[in-house]
Amino acid sequence: MPLEYTKIVGGTVYDPANGIDGLIRDLWIADGKIVEPPTDADAVVSKTIDASGLVVMPGGIDMHCHIAGPKVNVARKMRPEEKRKGEKLHRTKVTHSGTMGSVPSTFATGYKYIGLGYTTAFDAAIPPLGARHAHEEFDDTPCLDKGFYVLMGNNHYVMQSIQRKEPERLKAFVAWLLSSTKGFAAKLVNPGGVEVWKSHQAGNVSGLDSKVDHFEVTPREIIRGMAQAVDELRLPHSVHIHCNNLGMPGNWATTLETMKAFEGHRGHITHAQFHSYGGGDADENTFNSKVAPLADYINSHSNLTIDVGQVLFGETTSMTGDGPLGYYLSKVYGGKWFSSDTEMESGCGITPIKYKNKSLVHGLQWAIGLEWYLMVNDPWRVVMSTDHPNGGSFLAYPQIIRLLMDRTYRQDILKTCHPMIRERCSLGDLTREYTLNEIAIITRAGPARILGLKHKGHLGPGADADITIYTPHENKEVMFELPRMVIKSGRVLVDQGEIRDTLTGKTLHVAPGYDQDMEQGIQDWFEKYYSIRWRNYPVSADYLHESELVPMGL
Amino acid sequence: MITAAPPSAAPGELKVIEDAVCTFCGCVCDDIELTVQDSHIIEAKRACVLGKAWFLNHSIEDRPSCLIEGKPASLEEGYDRAARILVEGKYPIIYGLSDSPCEAQRVACSIVDWIDGTIDTTTSVCHGPSGMAFQGVGEVTCSLGEVANRGDLIMFWGSNPAESHPRHFSKYSLMPKGMFLPNGRKDRTCVVVDVRKTKSAKAADIFIPIKPRADFEALWTLRALAKDVELDPEQVLRDTGVELSVWQNLMERMKAAKFGVIFFGMGLTMTRGKHANTEALLALTRDMNAYTRFVAKPNRGHGNVTGADNVVAWRTGYSFGVNHNRGYPRFNPGEYTTSDTLANGEADCAMTIACDPMANFSQPAREHLARIPLIALDTKETPTSRAATVAFTVATYGINTGGTVYRMDDVPLPLRPAFESPHPSDFEVLTQIEQRVKTLVGVTC
Repeated sequence: MPLEYTKIVGGTVYDPANGIDGLIRDLWIADGKIVEPPTDADAVVSKTIDASGLVVMPGGIDMHCHIAGPKVNVARKMRPEEKRKGEKLHRTKVTHSGTMGSVPSTFATGYKYIGLGYTTAFDAAIPPLGARHAHEEFDDTPCLDKGFYVLMGNNHYVMQSIQRKEPERLKAFVAWLLSSTKGFAAKLVNPGGVEVWKSHQAGNVSGLDSKVDHFEVTPREIIRGMAQAVDELRLPHSVHIHCNNLGMPGNWATTLETMKAFEGHRGHITHAQFHSYGGGDADENTFNSKVAPLADYINSHSNLTIDVGQVLFGETTSMTGDGPLGYYLSKVYGGKWFSSDTEMESGCGITPIKYKNKSLVHGLQWAIGLEWYLMVNDPWRVVMSTDHPNGGSFLAYPQIIRLLMDRTYRQDILKTCHPMIRERCSLGDLTREYTLNEIAIITRAGPARILGLKHKGHLGPGADADITIYTPHENKEVMFELPRMVIKSGRVLVDQGEIRDTLTGKTLHVAPGYDQDMEQGIQDWFEKYYSIRWRNYPVSADYLHESELVPMGL
Repeated sequence: MITAAPPSAAPGELKVIEDAVCTFCGCVCDDIELTVQDSHIIEAKRACVLGKAWFLNHSIEDRPSCLIEGKPASLEEGYDRAARILVEGKYPIIYGLSDSPCEAQRVACSIVDWIDGTIDTTTSVCHGPSGMAFQGVGEVTCSLGEVANRGDLIMFWGSNPAESHPRHFSKYSLMPKGMFLPNGRKDRTCVVVDVRKTKSAKAADIFIPIKPRADFEALWTLRALAKDVELDPEQVLRDTGVELSVWQNLMERMKAAKFGVIFFGMGLTMTRGKHANTEALLALTRDMNAYTRFVAKPNRGHGNVTGADNVVAWRTGYSFGVNHNRGYPRFNPGEYTTSDTLANGEADCAMTIACDPMANFSQPAREHLARIPLIALDTKETPTSRAATVAFTVATYGINTGGTVYRMDDVPLPLRPAFESPHPSDFEVLTQIEQRVKTLVGVTC
């Protein structure tokens, strides 16, 4: 059967990965992919989309959010009060109903992302024991390609291998765990600290060189060992790290040490905003921004990338694999608190929070996030995120784009915040404004490159036909919050805000090769301490539904 | 969709299923070795007395897969009739789900969405109050392997696992030699708090018999002691039926524990105070984390009631008692929970899946259910299936069909079926009904 083509004509294309910065180009789509224009004169064009006067970009990629799996679902159960007053999603002829609040139901999550022009999203923290759960939810989260990062920073086998200085064993374990869970990348959350929390009241590590008891390893050794293992396995994405001491005044020093601990290996520092604070002793009066020295380090070390974890003012839910952080936040806010420790693997903390623009600390958090976008020179190494829902909802992305592209608007908001913020950070002096091309980098081309996804984040032949078309508007929030059209895998799913069609979307996962002889050692350890059977642990291929195995990098 | 099929074998041949999952109770033991001959399980190694009964007594029901008004009918007729009933109802309800795999639960959630109906699970009559308490205060908890590896003070409150979850002690909570408890039972202290001396109380180092209906007062006594609030000994004795010194001693042990665990059951959630009791227990657990590590966990009953909570929550945002009459999910226990919807005479048709409300609901609820068109899916004949307009006999999950179930600590496990059933699975029946419902209401996704 001859290929049927869809053609998008006359659009102003922003495709930074291919060096196209606002040029009028036609795009050809066939079989869910972007293709070269057909040379055959008889090519069947089944659909032509006139994009004249419109802006065309690759679909957005959210590389760090919390949208599926055990803790997200607990947060849904825990927060009925938000949903009652939140937006209601009615069912239609083509969509399921759903609920919103800071933690939308699965279908609502898919519909809202695609409605915003995002076509790919990664859940950032799945305990391996809950991997099957995450896959089940993914199957009910439509319209998106998705994957998840597997929590490893407090895994007993990981710590044991590092303590015993057995890098080959560690490598085999990381590969086995990613393959068994059908995960995408290795995630470290407060490496070592969660294990200390499990055995001590308010336990945590204090810095990169604190010892984790029972395992006699330090966070620095965990970071260094994992970064090496991930690089040697040639995983498409680097180690993805939530540093120790999140949210603590003075934590910037820990973050700087973390960056150094990579020792030249690839590393991605996530929600950097939460890790860039000066001051100390939990004293609000000393709290200030330390983005400048951290951004300097990023600017001069090309092995490192970050996403921001922007805070927006309003109510949300904090959810984290960082158990001690959850405890800390629950004490700060005094509301309901969920904590769950997962055997051998990880922890979890959830609590409702509210960011107030009149609060000095919250205002500074907001400003520090923006500083990160504006102070990292290379947009390919900074990615837009709110750490949804921790800093705010992914639905705030259009607002962040406006803040970055419009310095007058930025200054106007800054004026509504606590007056001392200007003295505690440099946001008031930053005049940089993002261009549309740079926005395309930090929301799609950049994350695709950082994740090692060669067929995403660009519009060249061979790319997935995930495309968002926007109507230009002076107010960039207006422009980005309601795309004119969203195309996923070559199908028009959204037309002027209305969902016309849906699809399940693919699960992106990896299966690195490893020394099979190492598996017996893993099994012996597993059978000694886990409460489920070895054979019932790996997630079978049945759970993947539509999927794509992402190859190792070079 | 997960459709693990049982292994095939020649007639009479013995086959062995290793690491099979038992769905009889919320422990969901996944280490059972089944020996199967034809359509019988002849051995279930490592299963407890309840699990053995579940596996060994299972046989294929000799009854039609579908009955309409008591008369055998084809499955096609049954699917058509069921879909029509659900679509024509103004207040349709779907109830049960706790003994179905997640795959079937998800389809049930889709159906209820397309018909603007109400969905509820058996959670509403067991740990529903725990779910409500959870919404109020949260929960500090852990996976069962953490209990095995770290729990040195194990408390059971209003829960009798020796009879309801027979392998609880040996597999998770008391006996295991854990990573930080090399001597197993010797390294742990067990406390049982209950209104009567249960079989579990005999396994305890300390048994505290409290006055019936005094759980709330007892838990608040402990909350006060945790914070060194001075209490009147006479009032404590009067309110809880237990001497203050006993509570003081318990609190000392709780503070001295390295990793304390409270398992609680329906003795707490379904007696006077209900969700307020659970709220008090969850708050006490939270309070204890100011002194040491402490967690709590409900001992869930049905094999996949935890899966039902999860599926309904990720689909709708709420875990039980969810109404879609306005085209989107709303939650209101006491109104949208099935025992209430029926007792109030509100539902005008119903579909029950793997549950038996005709046997265990209140009389007003049963009387109303008998008056309205009813579709029942069950593995065997029950009072509910006898009352049903359309009754489907379905294959048994975990024995005849695959799928996913969630252990009481939210750990998902894959089922390993033993032999085929001539009856369709509940997943298959619900999928067929959903397809017809979608056609009738004009849904195209």
